[in-house]
Amino acid sequence: MKYEGKVIKYGDNVDTDVIIPARYLNTSDHAELASHCMEDLDKTFVTRVQQGDIITAGFNFGCGSSREHAPIAIKASGISLVIAKSFARIFYRNSINIGLAIVECPEAVDGISEGDRVEADMDNGIIRNLTTGKEYKTAPFPEFVQKIIENGGLINSIAEGIIK
Amino acid sequence: MGMTMTQKILASHAGLETVQAGQLILANLDLVLGNDITSPVAIKEFSKLNKEGVFDKDKVTMVMDHFAPNKDIKAAEQCKMCRDFCGEKEVTHFYDVGKMGIEHALLPEQGLVTAGNVVIGADSHTCTYGALGAFSTGVGSTDMACGMAIGKAWFKVPSAIKFNLMGKLRKYVSGKDVILHIIGKIGVDGALYRSMEFTGEGLSSLSMSDRLCIANMAIEAGAKNGIFEVDDITLEYIKAHGAKEPAVYKADEDAVYDEVIDINLSEIEPTVSFPHLPENAKTFNEISDIKINQVVIGSCTNGRLEDLQEAAEIMKGKQCADGVRVIIIPATQQIYLDAMEQGLLKIFIESGAVVSTPTCGPCLGGHMGILAKGERAVATTNRNFVGRMGHVESEVYLASPAVAAASAITGKISSPWEVMNYEV
Repeated sequence: MKYEGKVIKYGDNVDTDVIIPARYLNTSDHAELASHCMEDLDKTFVTRVQQGDIITAGFNFGCGSSREHAPIAIKASGISLVIAKSFARIFYRNSINIGLAIVECPEAVDGISEGDRVEADMDNGIIRNLTTGKEYKTAPFPEFVQKIIENGGLINSIAEGIIK
Repeated sequence: MGMTMTQKILASHAGLETVQAGQLILANLDLVLGNDITSPVAIKEFSKLNKEGVFDKDKVTMVMDHFAPNKDIKAAEQCKMCRDFCGEKEVTHFYDVGKMGIEHALLPEQGLVTAGNVVIGADSHTCTYGALGAFSTGVGSTDMACGMAIGKAWFKVPSAIKFNLMGKLRKYVSGKDVILHIIGKIGVDGALYRSMEFTGEGLSSLSMSDRLCIANMAIEAGAKNGIFEVDDITLEYIKAHGAKEPAVYKADEDAVYDEVIDINLSEIEPTVSFPHLPENAKTFNEISDIKINQVVIGSCTNGRLEDLQEAAEIMKGKQCADGVRVIIIPATQQIYLDAMEQGLLKIFIESGAVVSTPTCGPCLGGHMGILAKGERAVATTNRNFVGRMGHVESEVYLASPAVAAASAITGKISSPWEVMNYEV
């Protein structure tokens, strides 16, 4: 899988309450959730995000509430990949389960600035900053997780009998 | 190599002799939980699986607690979707208004969890049941859907931090102060992906209420789960609440821990976590006069009977400060009834507080006590993130029921030791 897009950059401990505030949890409609994505952290996000864009963030991205509405809102807003220094564990598994690509790479986060164009080749674990020309290596997903992603998420994996 | 408590429970539920940290396993589930916010997403996903029913009607539970009693039409539609699903699939443990309480106070009270269980819940505070010696952890709606369908979930076996508790808590100091102190020490990602295992001679002085509160906030340190060693206090609680036969797992003598942290309970002081992260823990020697607009005593963290008793002891015969709205939320119908019979509700109402029906309500900025721009609340809840209880420019200070009650009386963030003239 390859991803390419413009980077929108955030800091440490971005919690799911700012990704999608609870006042919008009375719906599970993807487009409606996307229209409020990041609202309490960055009101400009929804106006400037473009299909394929990449979020980079610091440590503990997605901490707090288990709401799957958070990765759903990010995915539905057009974001193709989230690169963070680390992810909170529930957000991490939710992203895998719904098929939002995420990767931990502290070096890339430090070396990428807001607005840079970035390409990520996840088959080979390489992140390229097209603006600066720098390259960063990442660890591949464990096989079991790779299988879930390849099958388009956990639901498909069960529906197709890959997980019983 | 020895295993931790968590590793032993996971091994037994994956049909394996042993497991190691980092190993990916598929574990059998004893209970799958959802609420009125996360279940609708799970129900939609479940419908894609073409399964007629859930894996076990007695092992799925839904609790209508977050935006219930329905705060608006959309919330009403979400609850209806859960109600219809549980009716159609004949789910035994569906808790609607009248029977519901805040999920993590309700399930242990109703005896749905016992020691040695593996529980997943589409709610991050599902880690609460670790207080009963169970492995329980928060997941998302897709995991919930798959759990309902096949009774299994995938896990990466966690490593652990051991918390060796010693000593005994002082008066007006409770489990909340302990966990805020710990999160202040290790940070909001201090236990990321790992278990927090609580053991040591200090355990015997902690009530189940204290333990449930501590395990509840393990997620606020990033942990996968918090778990307490099972003792007579746990077993008595499990028996009293009619839960299934407990299976007691003790960590091996040679279990490997990433870290061992000693916590002397005798040294813990009333503690407050400042906005906007639970790790911003301070004690009263570091706190100046901070005026407040609202106090909330309730939530899955601190809405239990002991919490209300502690608050009532401090508020009895006193008046809430002018300009402070004090909202008390018993976490379940049983707690509400017990608090009424013990005269606690009378104490609260006479002091100028309001008493609400059980709901998560203000904790997540849903309803029943939302903050305006610039307002400040002291709350016994679990998160003080930006905008958590309302406006993005409002502030939440996390504290124990004793600190919240003392603050309600003075109108500023106050120590119960000072308000009650308690000599330390």
